[in-house]
Amino acid sequence: MGEVSGLLAIWYREFIVFTREKSRVIASIVNPLLFLVIFGAGLGSSVSVQDMSYQSFIFPGIIAMTLIFTSIFYGVYIIWDKMLDFLKEVLVAPLSRTTIFIGKVLGGVTDAMIQGSILLIIGILLGLKISFTGIPTALLIMLISAIGLVGIGLIIGSLLERPEGFQLIGTFLNFPLFLLSGALFPIDNLPAWLIPFTYANPVTYTVDALRISLLGTGQFNILVDIAVLLIFASITTVVGTISFRRMKM
Amino acid sequence: MSIIRTENLSKSFGSIVAVDNLNLEISEGEVFGLLGPNGAGKTTTIHMLATLLNPSSGRAFVNGFDVVKQQGDVRRSIGIVFQEPSSDDILTGYENLKLHAMMYGVPKESVEKRIFEALELVDLNDRRNHLVRTYSGGMRRRLELARGLIHRPKVLFLDEPTLGLDPQSREHIWSYIIKMVKDEGVTIILTTHYMEEADMLCNRVGIIDLGKIVVIDSPTNLKKMLGGDIIRLKMTNPNIEAVRKLSYVKNIEFNDNLLTLMVEDAGIHLPRLLEIVGQVESVEMRSPTLNDVFLRYTGKEIRTASPEGGFMERVAAVRSGR
Repeated sequence: MGEVSGLLAIWYREFIVFTREKSRVIASIVNPLLFLVIFGAGLGSSVSVQDMSYQSFIFPGIIAMTLIFTSIFYGVYIIWDKMLDFLKEVLVAPLSRTTIFIGKVLGGVTDAMIQGSILLIIGILLGLKISFTGIPTALLIMLISAIGLVGIGLIIGSLLERPEGFQLIGTFLNFPLFLLSGALFPIDNLPAWLIPFTYANPVTYTVDALRISLLGTGQFNILVDIAVLLIFASITTVVGTISFRRMKM
Repeated sequence: MSIIRTENLSKSFGSIVAVDNLNLEISEGEVFGLLGPNGAGKTTTIHMLATLLNPSSGRAFVNGFDVVKQQGDVRRSIGIVFQEPSSDDILTGYENLKLHAMMYGVPKESVEKRIFEALELVDLNDRRNHLVRTYSGGMRRRLELARGLIHRPKVLFLDEPTLGLDPQSREHIWSYIIKMVKDEGVTIILTTHYMEEADMLCNRVGIIDLGKIVVIDSPTNLKKMLGGDIIRLKMTNPNIEAVRKLSYVKNIEFNDNLLTLMVEDAGIHLPRLLEIVGQVESVEMRSPTLNDVFLRYTGKEIRTASPEGGFMERVAAVRSGR
């Protein structure tokens, strides 16, 4: 019982902080929106991909971008917890490190899901041809992906002492994850040297599965995508739990 | 039954021995103070008792539970107020306490009542819905004292509870601590390097230096043990030989033209002493303090220079970054 209410406590706290730091929400929506509207409309005026508007084509990729940035940079807050010494209060509580990790993951996933959903709604309002029946599947894919990505952010955060280092590592990680995911271009006829990188990138499967569920077109089988994402989320959860266990105050 | 017991408890960091074969027994309901300078091993001791650090050797029991093998049980038995503020400043005082109650599995139906009572104890109910960010340093300390009590711990650890606070806030905190002991019957272990604090609050004080407890007793007994009052005479050429023959003079030190004597019933013996000792420039007489006790047992004064990382400086530094 203690563990369950402890888990809820950690989640609840992340949620309150999220709602109080409005700049956090706005900032993470603005970037994807610029991509979608300016890049999508600009490049889209001369390009169309797979018989759809470029803006529609990149829309799943832009959702993935929001997930990447929100989830990974969420890891920086564990560093702030260390600096505020709030982490001590959490670590001295009679809770297992696994509970603390899962509580933190739930907090980050909630942030990412809220922002991903806002973007979905914006996409619909922009008149993109989104399949409404695919939305539940899309939400599920966003959820699994966010669990994996938040895990990465928390693992990095648990290892670092200062937020500056996190900015650096986060940026180095986020852009390859985004650019190599097929978010902005189809990956079926890439140069050979790029292909292994895209296949090794878990976000590739997020983008593909979102494209299948929302636009009805994609590269792989959606079940393969989901399987890969589940494995990805499981690995980060296991590694994350271990890194939380090792974390010193 | 003693609520805390340590057996040769030790902790080293590399080649540095922070706590050296500590043997302690603390009874239920006691206010016990660990008094010593910065770096004496006070915080390390508390962190070991609170399961935050594993001992290098030796054992310790809190509320009958082993601090290494039964960490969960120990944690449920204790509350701790850290040296550094550890509340989330973007949450309200109420929310901080609520989270604490949830993390410690306080039964849902009693959470609100306990939060109210704890905030009442430290006079913070009127500010419960304000962000901690808007609290003063003293208010934050009070909030954390209240938080430490929410889950009704048997033992409450206070690590330098008034470090970096102004004298007025310090006295406030003292009165709240005294109230907590009276109302809740909780055992308190506190660390401090302020003599007045130990003197004011503690039933027993353990003087700790270089990781070792040098002496343990009540503040009154510790001062009594010195065997008298302190007389300081400013003079250039004291007749030390003559003074040494006086049976009521317990201790003699002379340096920098200052003769410091420990004298039994000093008020009575001072006139005679002044006749014997020679030409005196000025006289100072006072009762011994814990500082004199510390000086006697360790041969040095507790450094009173500003402690590392002042409380409010830390708050300000972190706040500006977030």
